[in-house]
Amino acid sequence: MIARPPRWAGHPVADVAGGHSHGTHGLYLHGHSPLHELAPECKIAAAVASVFAIVATPREQWWAFAAHALVLLVVIRIATIPTRLVARRLVFEVPFVAFAFFLPFIGQGDRVDLGVLSLSRDGLWAAWNILAKGSLGVSVSVVLASTTTMAELLRGLDRLRVPRPLVLIASFMVRYLDVIAGQMQRMKVARLSRGYDPRWIWQSKAWATSAGTMFIRSYERGERVHLAMLSRGYGGTMPDLFETRTDAGQWRRALSWPLVHALVTTAAWVAR
Amino acid sequence: MTAPALDVQGLAYRYPDGHQALFGVDLTVQPGERVALLGPNGAGKTTLVLHLNGILSGGLGSVTVDGLAVQKANVREVRRRVGIVFQDPDDQLFMPTVRQDVAFGPANLGVKGPELSERVERALAAVDMEDFADRPPHHLSFGQRRRVAVATVLAMEPTILVLDEPSSNLDPAARREFAEVVQRLALTTLMVTHDLPYALELCPRSVIMNEGRIVADGPTRDILSDDALMKANRLELPYGFDPTHW
Repeated sequence: MIARPPRWAGHPVADVAGGHSHGTHGLYLHGHSPLHELAPECKIAAAVASVFAIVATPREQWWAFAAHALVLLVVIRIATIPTRLVARRLVFEVPFVAFAFFLPFIGQGDRVDLGVLSLSRDGLWAAWNILAKGSLGVSVSVVLASTTTMAELLRGLDRLRVPRPLVLIASFMVRYLDVIAGQMQRMKVARLSRGYDPRWIWQSKAWATSAGTMFIRSYERGERVHLAMLSRGYGGTMPDLFETRTDAGQWRRALSWPLVHALVTTAAWVAR
Repeated sequence: MTAPALDVQGLAYRYPDGHQALFGVDLTVQPGERVALLGPNGAGKTTLVLHLNGILSGGLGSVTVDGLAVQKANVREVRRRVGIVFQDPDDQLFMPTVRQDVAFGPANLGVKGPELSERVERALAAVDMEDFADRPPHHLSFGQRRRVAVATVLAMEPTILVLDEPSSNLDPAARREFAEVVQRLALTTLMVTHDLPYALELCPRSVIMNEGRIVADGPTRDILSDDALMKANRLELPYGFDPTHW
């Protein structure tokens, strides 16, 4: 007879510690496309500029959004990301655009009659605007995340002159997320092993105490990390590691992407 | 005669909370020696280690590394010369990739460009981890992380390597691989450990520390065979292990 696995075995938290065995973050897709090879600072700048160009498109020019989408499809193809994967990751935006679906019902002004429904014209446009720009914007970030490792993203931000303490904080977070998740998981198993099985909010005292313990442990870990940094000659400022110059060609190639979006947006404004 | 790699004289230290951890420690390590620092928990081993590169200071006595006195004024050079590998590699490896982490130390010393890359390559090759340079540390096994931690101090080209509990949490194969790395490096090494067979394997000489003092200093085999000395310092060999027949 096979014993029933413990309750926590299939719990999502149980997978946290050993979950990310490939790539450097869950969204990264290993590959060697031109987009993968591009310097991270160029890619980040290009992605942000593309989002701005898309967001600046006037909402009535629906053909411009089709053009943006087409450009993105080409970029996704160049990056060798499966289109289905991008579509699946677009689900991420659902909670954010959910409220857009209410706008046609609660909007003011002219009404459009659609069968039994009476919808606000302004509300429809607003919903379309949020949905179109949201989906395109998220697609851009999916492209960035799928082609750039976490270490590269951090290096890119550093080279874009994002204040170094902020980059360092972000890199500590990335580095120690798994360590802390592992610790939390072990504490959880230890709690469950002693018969703790909270079902109601007032039974959560042990959980809260563990959270406090985690805080203290993380604080102590921070002190030990700092000690180890001092031992390697850290003097309060992060040194430059591997300063490589990004050639103009990289920037030109990267910025041609937002440039196409900007042209589409300009055309949309002119045609208005 | 050349200066000793490490010379500790009359070192005493009291923590700010009043706890006296060291009561006059004398220890000399000659260049090329591998010495095990043994002793029960709370003996003051870690406190001593933190004095070697000037993290802790302000008590009595002196520490000299390769002829250079450990003082505030030359703390940077001292930290280059004394490479401390801490017990938990997760404390030591904090950068997004192995390469960046190994570069952190030498970059703090002002090493740049091709020389920096070269040092990183060399240090990683010395611990057989050159194929993992662009991996994030948290995707490595524990043994691999510990070897990378050694590389992070090797890249600073230290004159003495200090290993804090190097065999803790390693599985038997990783423990053996780590021993091979230490033997191949042939650096002056001070190894803090509770793993007495490991001390016998790697260090011809051992010192025992207890209650803030060095209480014994001699060939590892002799020390481990001295039952009375071992018992007095809460040191015990694993069941069935006989140092005289090893």
